[in-house]
Amino acid sequence: MELEIRIRKKLNEFTLDLDLQETEGRIGILGASGCGKSMTLKSIAGIVKPDSGKIRIGERVLYDSTGKINLPPQKRRIGYLFQNYALFPTMTVEQNIMAGLSGSRGENRRRAAEMMEKFHVSNLANRYPLHLSGGQQQRVALARLMAYEPEVILLDEPFSAMDSFLKDQLQQQMEEMLKEYRGSMILVSHNRDEIYRFCHRLIVMDQGSVVCEGETKEVFANPRRRAAARLTGCKNYTGLVRRDSHHAYLTDWGMELQTEREIPEGTDSLGYRAHFFVPVWGKRAVNSFPVQVADSAQLPFEKNYYLIPQGKIQPGNPEYICWFAQRSIKHEVEEKGMPDYLGMNERDMLFLQG
Amino acid sequence: MDEIIEILKSLDYSPLWISLKTGIVATVLSFFLGIFAARKVIRCGPGTKSVIDGILTLPMVLPPTVAGFFLLLLFSLRRPFGRFLYGQFGLRVVQSWLGCILAATVIAFPLMYRNARAAFEQIDVNLVYAARTLGMSETKIFWKVILPTAGPGVVSGTILTFARALGEYGATSMLAGNIPGKTATISQRIAMVIQDGDYLTAGIWTVIVLIIAFGIIFAMNMVTGRKMKNVERW
Repeated sequence: MELEIRIRKKLNEFTLDLDLQETEGRIGILGASGCGKSMTLKSIAGIVKPDSGKIRIGERVLYDSTGKINLPPQKRRIGYLFQNYALFPTMTVEQNIMAGLSGSRGENRRRAAEMMEKFHVSNLANRYPLHLSGGQQQRVALARLMAYEPEVILLDEPFSAMDSFLKDQLQQQMEEMLKEYRGSMILVSHNRDEIYRFCHRLIVMDQGSVVCEGETKEVFANPRRRAAARLTGCKNYTGLVRRDSHHAYLTDWGMELQTEREIPEGTDSLGYRAHFFVPVWGKRAVNSFPVQVADSAQLPFEKNYYLIPQGKIQPGNPEYICWFAQRSIKHEVEEKGMPDYLGMNERDMLFLQG
Repeated sequence: MDEIIEILKSLDYSPLWISLKTGIVATVLSFFLGIFAARKVIRCGPGTKSVIDGILTLPMVLPPTVAGFFLLLLFSLRRPFGRFLYGQFGLRVVQSWLGCILAATVIAFPLMYRNARAAFEQIDVNLVYAARTLGMSETKIFWKVILPTAGPGVVSGTILTFARALGEYGATSMLAGNIPGKTATISQRIAMVIQDGDYLTAGIWTVIVLIIAFGIIFAMNMVTGRKMKNVERW
C-alpha cells in the first residue's frame, strides 16, 4: 500500500516539515531525541493535528488540510505501539485486547484468544499489566493493536526501555510475530541497530526535516549528509578540501587524500567509522596519517582508542578521533604496540556535505 | 444505663433517615456533576480553567452561612427566581427537604469535583491516545479507561462528599430550616438538643454519626483496596 505523508507543524524549537512518498514495507525513521519523530507518528495516527499537509494510505485520505479532511484516530485504522505500551492498568490482558473490538462478546473473546495465541500470551489472559514483565507487556500491546487489524502500524521506540540482554531476544521475537503482517510498518528510533534490523527503507530526520532517505543499506553506506552520518553511528569527521575528482586535502587530519573512487562535487567533509580504521606499522601507506594516543578505554570485546593527529595538537578541547579495535586487530596492537599510522579503506570513506 | 435504653426507645429517629437520604442524594448528584465538571475543566485553557475552577471550589472555602445566604437570595419565595420556581413548577426549596439536598450538594460538590479532577489529571495521556487508536469512542474511553484508572481519587472524592453532605449544618439551617420530621437533620438536632441542655441525647446522636461515618469510609476503602491491588501505587 502506498503511503503519502506530507506534514507541516510548528513546534516550539523548530518546524516539522516532511514530504514522504513510500510504497509498502517497513520504514524506519532515525533521529535524535526531540527531532520530531514521535510528533510525526502522532500526526499520522491522528493524535495531534498538523498545521497543514496531507496523509494518505493507498486510496484512503486520513488528513488533508486543503480538503478539510481530518479523520479521528478511531477511524484511521492505524495501530500505535507506545513507548510505555499504554496498557490499561485496570483491565486484564484479555480485557485489554478486547477493549477496542466492536463485535459481539463471543466474537471478541474468540478474536482475543486467537491474538493471545499468536503473540504467546495465552497463559497471561487473566493477569493485570502491573504483574507483567516489559517483554510481556510489549507482546500484549502488539496483540491488542493487531486484533484491530490496522493497515499501518507505528512503533515508537519499541525497545528503548529494555536492557540489552533482553533486547536481542525481543527483537527476534518481534520479527517472528510481524512476519505475517501485510500492512506497512513505521518504526521510530534513535538506535541505528534496531532500524537496520527491521526496516527496508530509512528516513533520517534532524530538527524536523528529512536529511536523508533511501534503502536502509544504501543510507548506511552513503549517508551523504553529516547529520545523517552521525545518526547512522559514524564517529569521525574531518573537513575536506576537494582538489579534483580523485584528490583532496583533509584539513583536520592534515593529510592528502587520493582515491580511485570519484569524490563528488560539493563534498566538504569526510566521515570515517571508528571500527574501520586499519593500523599501519613502519612504512606509511596511502591514505594514512600519523596519530598519537590521548586516551583509551577497555571494553569486554574491544578496545577504544581516542587519538589526535600528530602535530595537530590544538589548545583547548580537541575533537578526538575514535578508533575501536576489535578481536584480531586488538591482539595485534597488544603485541606490536601502537601503530605509527592510521589507514583508511577507500570503500569505507563517507563523502559528506553540510 | 436504663436511662439510655429508655431514650433510645423513645428517640425520634427521623433526623437519621433525613440525614441519610440527604447525604445519599447529594452524593449521587455531586458524583455526576463533579465528574462532568472535572472533565470539562481539564480541557479548558489555563485562563478559563483558573476562573471556572475558582468558582466551583468557592462553596468549599466559604463559610457555609455565606453559601446559605446566596442560596436564600436565589431561592427565597420573596425573590424572582424562587417565586418563578414555585409558581411554575411548584418547587419549593426554602423550608423543605429539597432545600436540604440543595444546600448539601452545593457545599459538598467541590470535594467531588476537585478529587475527580486531580485523579483525571494524573492519568497517563498515552492511555487515552492508545484507546483512541484502538477505535474506542470517547464515551467508552471515559467510562472504561479513565474512570477506572482514576478509581482511588474518584472513590475518595465520593467518600468525602458523602461525609460532608451528611454533616452539613450551616447552609442547611438557613435554607431548609429545622422542621422536625421534614428538614431536621442529625447535625441540626444535635445543635438543638444541646441548646436545651440535653447532653445525653446529643451524645447518643454523636455516637450514631460516628458509627455511620466510620462504617461507610471503612466499607469503601475495603472495596477500592480490593479493586486497586492490580494497579501500581507508591
